[in-house]
Amino acid sequence: MMTTLIRRAIQAGFVVFAMTLIVFVGVNVIGNPVDILINPDLNQAERLRVVQNLGLDQPLWRQYLSFLHGLSQGNFGDSFVYSKPALDVIVERLPATLELALCAMVIAIVVGLPLGLYAGLYPERLSSRLIMTGSILGFSLPTFWVGLMFILLFAVQLGWLPSNGRGETAEFLGARWSFLTGDGLAHLVLPALNLALFKTSLILRLTRAGVQEVVMQDFVKFARAKGLREGRIVLVHILKNLMIPVVTIIGLEFGSLIAFSVVTESIFGWPGMGKLIIDSINLLDRPVIVAYLMMMVVLFVSLNFIIDICYTLLDPRVRLDGKG
Amino acid sequence: MDIKLADAAEIAVTEMPPPRRAWPAIRRFFSAPAALFGAIGLVLIVTVAVFAPLLSPQNPYDLMQLDIMDSRLPPGSESFAGVPYHLGTDGQGRDILSGIMYGLRTSLIVGIASALVAAIIGTTAGLMAAYVGGRTESIMMRLVDLQLSFPTILMALMVLAILGNGVTNVVLAIIVAEWATYARTARGTALVEREKEYVEAARCLRIPGHRVLLRHLLPNCLAPIIVIATMQVARAIGLEATLSFLGLGASVTQPSLGMLIANGYQYLLSGLYWISFYPGIALLITIVSINLVGDRLRDVLNPRNAR
Amino acid sequence: MTALLDVRDLVTVFPGDGKDLRAVDEVSFQVARGEVLGLVGESGSGKSVTGFSIMGLVDQPGRVASGTILFDGEDLAKADLETRRSLRGRRIAMVFQDPMMTLNPVLRIGTQMTETLHAHETLSRQAARARARDALGLVGIPSPEERLDAYPHEFSGGMRQRVAIAIALLHRPDLIIADEPTTALDVTIQAQIISEFQRLTEEQGTAVIWITHDLAIVSGLADRIAVMYGGRIVETGTISEVLEHPRHPYTRGLIRSVPSENTRGTRLAQIPGVTPSLGRMPAGCAFRSRCERADGTCAERPGRFGGARAYHRCFHPHEEALA
Repeated sequence: MMTTLIRRAIQAGFVVFAMTLIVFVGVNVIGNPVDILINPDLNQAERLRVVQNLGLDQPLWRQYLSFLHGLSQGNFGDSFVYSKPALDVIVERLPATLELALCAMVIAIVVGLPLGLYAGLYPERLSSRLIMTGSILGFSLPTFWVGLMFILLFAVQLGWLPSNGRGETAEFLGARWSFLTGDGLAHLVLPALNLALFKTSLILRLTRAGVQEVVMQDFVKFARAKGLREGRIVLVHILKNLMIPVVTIIGLEFGSLIAFSVVTESIFGWPGMGKLIIDSINLLDRPVIVAYLMMMVVLFVSLNFIIDICYTLLDPRVRLDGKG
Repeated sequence: MDIKLADAAEIAVTEMPPPRRAWPAIRRFFSAPAALFGAIGLVLIVTVAVFAPLLSPQNPYDLMQLDIMDSRLPPGSESFAGVPYHLGTDGQGRDILSGIMYGLRTSLIVGIASALVAAIIGTTAGLMAAYVGGRTESIMMRLVDLQLSFPTILMALMVLAILGNGVTNVVLAIIVAEWATYARTARGTALVEREKEYVEAARCLRIPGHRVLLRHLLPNCLAPIIVIATMQVARAIGLEATLSFLGLGASVTQPSLGMLIANGYQYLLSGLYWISFYPGIALLITIVSINLVGDRLRDVLNPRNAR
Repeated sequence: MTALLDVRDLVTVFPGDGKDLRAVDEVSFQVARGEVLGLVGESGSGKSVTGFSIMGLVDQPGRVASGTILFDGEDLAKADLETRRSLRGRRIAMVFQDPMMTLNPVLRIGTQMTETLHAHETLSRQAARARARDALGLVGIPSPEERLDAYPHEFSGGMRQRVAIAIALLHRPDLIIADEPTTALDVTIQAQIISEFQRLTEEQGTAVIWITHDLAIVSGLADRIAVMYGGRIVETGTISEVLEHPRHPYTRGLIRSVPSENTRGTRLAQIPGVTPSLGRMPAGCAFRSRCERADGTCAERPGRFGGARAYHRCFHPHEEALA
């Protein structure tokens, strides 16, 4: 098992390295940084000075090396807009995004898992079919569209919930959180629901497919033959077998929730990393863009790595195979 | 003479997969009411998009026709000149209905173009990988796996961050984000076919590789690729709308549906709902119609579901 | 003596194209306390469905359509779900065919045993664990205490079937339905499991319905035998009666097709043709399409000739004993 882990870790490292190359080449070679970075009103001498300052007159490999060097120290350069280290700007926004993504994930699990279980156990019922049709909608409707409808319905027409910003926040563990105040919680509802919609459908469909596969198994019938109550059969025998694929998906999709929060944050004016990256792209704030992209790459690669480990821990069969 | 022999053999082996009858498949397709709805919606949308200049009351791109006096009129009101605005007007006094018709064009073109190019690139890559095998295959598939482990929106953002905003770049971004799906499917189906005897026979007869690829492997992968492509058109339209909404997409002069929705977003909170709402409905109908058709196509084209 | 289990005219159907197909067709038999009944037939003859009908575990959309299943005087076919659940695993237990599939792969053996106890009794965790451990020891599993914490994949097929048997015996049931419990095992393991099973059920006075396609197993194990074909019991009686004096042509064919010392050197007899699928069973006697004695009368449905514990369903039964 150790060798597999080490091999995986090396692969992950290689992927991160490859992505630094792609991002670097992308931003520095395909897009012309001189055009992006330098105010076109400047005169020739001033331009030259800026180019030298940024090291853009150096050969490309040297530029890449200094980029890697900065990267290894978490230094992506200063944000043009905020005049602060780019990484700091992003990390400041991290709690907001994390909070939103976590809430969305909890909603997706709390809603998707039971509904999927139900639809899988009783596929013939009308309610199950309605659930499945609903999940198709949740799958195919663009997140931003649903967000708009939420705002239109709950904020504009009914006036029940706020639709912009984080509301009041309270400090906890050195960061500010919305869910600790009533006002913040009210602000959290719509964005979290919006972000959760797609994942809910996904978990629902996955759970249903899993249930339908597991209920066919002999061990479920044997559990019935033992005289177990239906509740225990569903909650222990069936659910525990489902946990492996579902946990994998939850882990994988958590990363994509953070990525998709870009859309939700923009609609609901949620001041997280997603809104920041959109603003940065529009303002051509290159250090922040690069820092964000690299952070995402590292996030996804580590998530995949962690899921591999979880997989081994959850499935006793895999565990033994690794040992032997 | 050699060539003739090979051709004859090839004709023989080409006929190995049983010929499909089109008509029963079409009948089966329409036997589901949802698919019928989807097909009707799709025909409607394509018609409107193609004939937009003839059908629309106004050319929304012609600034001369716009009158700032007519801006932000609610649905059903009349223009200064007495022309009715069925769905109201936007901030520049543009007729929403005409905007939707022209917007549909942009959205459909972006969606279809990007799905098509992604399909061609992805399918080619997948088939090549399956046919060549060995190291090339494993490296290629590693790349595909890696690509698929990143969410589409992130890939698209990465491309747009590098290339900058604009319609062409959005199309490129969608292609980059979606090609891997096709590659994996094409390779998967091709792998199954590759092991079959007629491919082996074709190889033994020294039929050149590209002919085996094009005439034997490709036709067998076509059904799943078509299904994915259909769904991907919807996804691409949704993604384009999303990116436009985020301000990274289509130009302001030729707005897509996403852009129209984005334009209306700022008025949403002040109750001028129609500027965003109606383009949103058009987008909804488009995406749902395509998905319904794609869903049914999958059922009909899947040999396992054939009765 | 009243029977422990008295099945009368049991009909279990599965919906087919347009009409219900009878997987179990007017099956009647009795099992007395401590008695071993061999239920013999080819795959698809309805023997497993009969077992599941008694358990109340027929797969959807199949269902028991008519008939009575009297267990200790109570009709299970009419009993409510909770009554049936409380009987399952406690008074009627079942052992399945494939031990690789019957244990839940993600639960520890101990959990799968103690949950069976907790489902029917109120007892402490420690007491349940002790009972589970003893039960494992009883079926010949070495160091049972440690094995309680193992997962099924750490056991061999034979060991898993021992665990399944231990689970079935936990509550000292009155009846065990064993659905081909040795078919999936190696021959040497088969013999072990059979003798182990025999010893335990004899000790506990448990009645057994042993479902199998293997006449050889039944002949050494059962007190009585019921032969099924096409969803019906075509012949039943004591083991010696049926094996030495088979009346139904199908039973006769079945016995003849088992290789034995007497038949060495001669060509093995076989029943011509194949078993038709459920939807294509001929009307009247189901066996008549393959029967050399069949004639016009066989187009009618043969009734039961004989008593409740020994009967056959044939218009032209063999009268002579088997050579």
